[in-house]
Amino acid sequence: MDWSSILGNTARAAIGLETVIYALAAIGLNVQFGYAGLLNFGQAAFVAVGAYGIAVTVTVLGLPFWLGVVVGLVAAVLLAVLLGIPTLRLRADYLAIATIAAAEIVRLTVRSATLRDQTGGSSGLSGFAEGFYDLNPFTPGQSYGFGPWVFGARLAWILVVGWVLVAVCCLVVFLLMRSPWGRVLKGIREDEDAVRSLGKNVYAYKMQALVIGGVIGALAGFVFGVGRASVQPDLYGTELTFFVYTVLLLGGAARVLGPVVGAAIFWVALVLIENVLVQAVGAGYVPDWLMSSTQVGQVRFMLVGLALMLLMIFRPQGIFGDRRELAIDAR
Amino acid sequence: MPADENRPDLTDLDEGAPHEGHGGSHPATAPGPGPRALAAREVLRDVPRVPGAPKPDPVLVADGVVRRFGGLTAVDVQHVEFQRGAITALIGPNGAGKTTFFNLLTGFDRPDEGSWTFEGRSLARVPAHRVARRGMVRTFQLTKALSRLTVIENMRLGATGQVGERLLSAMFRRVWRGQEDSNTRRADELLRRFKLDAKREDFAGSLSGGQRKLLEMARALMTEPRLVMLDEPMAGVNPALTQSLLGHVKDLREQGMTVVFVEHDMDMVRDISDWVVVMAQGTVVAEGPPDAVMADPAVIDAYLGGHHDAPLTEEDEAEQIAAAEAELERERDQEVGR
Ligand SMILES: Nc1ncnc2c1ncn2[C@@H]1O[C@H](COP(=O)(O)OP(=O)(O)OP(=O)(O)O)[C@@H](O)[C@H]1O
Ligand SMILES: [Mg+2]
Repeated sequence: MDWSSILGNTARAAIGLETVIYALAAIGLNVQFGYAGLLNFGQAAFVAVGAYGIAVTVTVLGLPFWLGVVVGLVAAVLLAVLLGIPTLRLRADYLAIATIAAAEIVRLTVRSATLRDQTGGSSGLSGFAEGFYDLNPFTPGQSYGFGPWVFGARLAWILVVGWVLVAVCCLVVFLLMRSPWGRVLKGIREDEDAVRSLGKNVYAYKMQALVIGGVIGALAGFVFGVGRASVQPDLYGTELTFFVYTVLLLGGAARVLGPVVGAAIFWVALVLIENVLVQAVGAGYVPDWLMSSTQVGQVRFMLVGLALMLLMIFRPQGIFGDRRELAIDAR
Repeated sequence: MPADENRPDLTDLDEGAPHEGHGGSHPATAPGPGPRALAAREVLRDVPRVPGAPKPDPVLVADGVVRRFGGLTAVDVQHVEFQRGAITALIGPNGAGKTTFFNLLTGFDRPDEGSWTFEGRSLARVPAHRVARRGMVRTFQLTKALSRLTVIENMRLGATGQVGERLLSAMFRRVWRGQEDSNTRRADELLRRFKLDAKREDFAGSLSGGQRKLLEMARALMTEPRLVMLDEPMAGVNPALTQSLLGHVKDLREQGMTVVFVEHDMDMVRDISDWVVVMAQGTVVAEGPPDAVMADPAVIDAYLGGHHDAPLTEEDEAEQIAAAEAELERERDQEVGR
């Protein structure tokens, strides 16, 4: 087994493209779920809206890519408002149902045959990312980085932009959550009637949280679309949302850096298990009847699921969570 | 009504509950009736003792407020007025509709019919948070502490008009720091008064039931209300603390606030209220000064129909059994008559 390649891949995963995407999506979800207690089960829709915003604006409308970013963000705001208006006055579970449905509607709409000319149907769109890579300050053909973290010029560029976005979002969340505004949000998570009785417009705060979280989700979509230089509808399914929840709970909800740490751990675990399994199967350490190399993809998710279960049993508050808080939940 | 003679007065009914330190033995927290207390009683002396009696200076007026839950009419209040600057107790047996009436008045529930005004302005269809902003704050029977916020954060949340609660200014600490500091000072002052200062940094969820009651009341006062509506503020608070809490409620009146509170403990009601409104089965059945109301047969009826405190002495018990039997007899007769 080639341990240096296994460890190299694993180390790269810690700061790789997927980590950035899931970190951003989970930062958005943290604002909604972690701080405000909003059960948004449609974060994938916000990611999709961000990605398709750029893709459609550039490929179909022929407009510059930065305008695509703006379109994606505006669309995310609209989606949040549209979802929030009917559901935020109702009990929490209604938002969960509405968002899960909305996410599927978004995915099925962009993959529909009728809209093939606009959104590319089930095969999606590509060729919209060049506007972004034209701005690349790194020289093509060279590689950048140190130790195991060496990346080609294109990947290095999107990673730099992605991590800057992560840092900015974390800073914004930090500033917001130490403020009285953040306190109202946390109050709503605990008991919205109590907050209402103190004269706060709970509905407006929930809407703001939904919009902010959605916009950060759209930024994840921007990194997702541009990083792969293509969008495909089936990458924005419900499992994306569930992985984002996993990432958030792993790192610790209602912690500023929870989503980032959670995303890194999630992808490190996934890549490590996959690489070890592939090599083990290739080297014949694993008998054929137990697992073939084509089954590794599924088995790694099973093992990650198992690891998560163990984590939730032994450290239910996540990596950054506070045990004191958890003890209160149990009352 | 022949049974009237043996019927106990509500005052006798809860002679059973031994409340150490009642009466004049708590001068530390209640140094006799303050000037506003005397004024409130003086003003209310000439008010007729009938349900819906008009008050000289009502701050809150409700008219024809009806709330039905399916077939059950939980609240059906024809007319009721609450005097400004007074402490009014709202009493009645379990299920009388007191909490529901509170919910309606404060915008937490919508009535099927009716209108009500606070300081002369209509509050019908005004959402709960606007009601609070207008200066009418309420607490809940089932305490709502914000568990995973610390005690001091709970308190700070109560302050109104915070610049830092607006999204755009929230990110810039400079803008809201001054206000936050003055709110914190006020919060600390209240926490001291309510003996919660030792718990300042603890999560509210780690407080005991009684401490949560105190926190909720202190937090409500952070909104600087003019009318405070307390739903069973003393339930679960220990007798020693009850005394100081009573003192705080009286203080509110001295500071010019109006207090309406729901309470089952008759000693407490008699001790602090200037006026008592009695509800039974959704309607106001009696109102008047505490002593008069507690001797009112309609009130005793309402209570005996529901529940009453366990008696202490044997004479009391015998008297009550007799009263209850007379009551039952009367009901049986009525049923037969129907
Ligand atoms: N949400 C609801 N749905 C159906 N019925 C309700 C609801 N809320 C209250 N009720 C009914 O309305 C009546 C009045 O209830 P309410 O809680 O106002 O009583 P209360 O006077 O506060 O009693 P207690 O002293 O026990 O707190 C009760 O019969 C209750 O069953
Ligand atoms: Mg009640």
